Amino acid sequence: MLEELVASLITGGTRLLTGAQARWLGCGPGREQRVYFANHASHVDFILIWSVLPGSLRRRTRPVAAADYWSRGAVRRYLIRRVFRGVEIARGGFERAHNPIAAMRRAIDEGSSLILFPEGTRGPGGEAQPFKAGIYHLAEACAGLELVPVWIDNAYRVMPKGVPLPVPLLCSVAFGTPLRLEAGEGKPEFLERLRRSLMELGNL
Amino acid sequence: MNMREELLVLAVLAGVLAAASAISLVLRLRAGGQPGPVLDNLSARIKAWWVMIVLLGAAFLAGRHAVTLLFAFASFVALREFITLTPTARADHFALFMSFFVVLPLQYWLVWTSWYGFFAVLIPVYAFLILPVTAALSGDPRNFLARTAETQWGLMISVYCISHVPALLNLDIPGYRGRDALLVIFLLTVVQASDVLQYVWGKLLGRHKISPRLSPSKTVEGLIGGAACATALGASLWRLTPFRPLQAAGMALIVTVMGFLGGLAMSAIKRDRGVKDWGHLIEGHGGMLDRLDSVAFSAPIFFHLTRYFFTP
Repeated sequence: MLEELVASLITGGTRLLTGAQARWLGCGPGREQRVYFANHASHVDFILIWSVLPGSLRRRTRPVAAADYWSRGAVRRYLIRRVFRGVEIARGGFERAHNPIAAMRRAIDEGSSLILFPEGTRGPGGEAQPFKAGIYHLAEACAGLELVPVWIDNAYRVMPKGVPLPVPLLCSVAFGTPLRLEAGEGKPEFLERLRRSLMELGNL
Repeated sequence: MNMREELLVLAVLAGVLAAASAISLVLRLRAGGQPGPVLDNLSARIKAWWVMIVLLGAAFLAGRHAVTLLFAFASFVALREFITLTPTARADHFALFMSFFVVLPLQYWLVWTSWYGFFAVLIPVYAFLILPVTAALSGDPRNFLARTAETQWGLMISVYCISHVPALLNLDIPGYRGRDALLVIFLLTVVQASDVLQYVWGKLLGRHKISPRLSPSKTVEGLIGGAACATALGASLWRLTPFRPLQAAGMALIVTVMGFLGGLAMSAIKRDRGVKDWGHLIEGHGGMLDRLDSVAFSAPIFFHLTRYFFTP
């Protein structure tokens, strides 16, 4: 109840601040289970995607979030666990005890869609950084999974890295054509194909 | 405010708009499946005016403070469109934050409290001096002058100029007490009518383009026909104003010419940025600044002429 209220305050406030609109260019706002992967340059990125999704989709779409960032402080913990219902994963190498792919896989098996930032961290805005391997391992683990590129425009100007205050600017969120891991496709080619599809969407 | 008169005028305007909607519908039906860009533009404008008239009517009903809040929101949306199209740097972030969340609310608070002296200088003096300093303290000198000028321009056009519309309600004109909302209606009606009349005359007779590189739809014929008609319209509305008929005509002419020049200057910015519209407030139908550019340029002049000649 309270979570719903907080969620609509956040999405409503974001839409008021950024006038954000979804541009469904390569697919529609369908009920298919998907991984939305997006460029990342601002704290508002995930909230923007979440805000422009229709309400029924939003409830089934969970962000993949860095546990080290979101577990600091009671407010962040409340937001990520109760409001956004994020999938918290540990950042870093593969030798960690907690396997991020398994956590994402569990969320997929439960029927959720995911929002993922394969650059792993916020970049300076503009061009997307090279992708981390996680999204490849996830696609490998979940056969036939639909991966939808999402280009977020202007968010890095709303709230650039290292700045605590937002400036209201018009943003848009473009959804591209879904991709799948092809049979026999290697990790580097797959990651490069995803990144290219995202950059092409950004240049439209 | 004396409500009845304003609402009567708005009802008449709504009637005119209803007629326009009907004509546009007939034209659409006659065009069949493909209405074309001209008709699309027409119905977009009509739709925007319906929104304007309903919002203004509701605001006038709720009182002068609601009118102030309405224009504060319009300024917010306009400034957002302006800054979005402006290449700002990270070092401007704090100055931009201040523009949106300190300067803008303060400017409208000064309208709200009728503090004219501060209202007139807040942005041209205080914001003009303080905001570049905050940007300079961030330590990035690249394009500093251009960035500073763009932020200041955004504030002037989107906040300072537009705030002069609700500020009309603060003018204490002898013998006009309680009717000042009509002055707002007079200004907006003349500006918007002149926009559309220039467009219509231009479509009918337009040959000589005034500035093909900036705005291909603006023609000498459109300007003369539109300005003449809007001036006549303004004169015919003199009973709503504190002006005599000839004075009302003169005011309408000045407002029309300023609106035209404002549209041209704002087109120059859009051309430079390579966009056709400022935003997509109503999806696919342009932004707030596309509808308010001529108002922004005419409102301060209208305000000051009225203040200088008609208040003690």
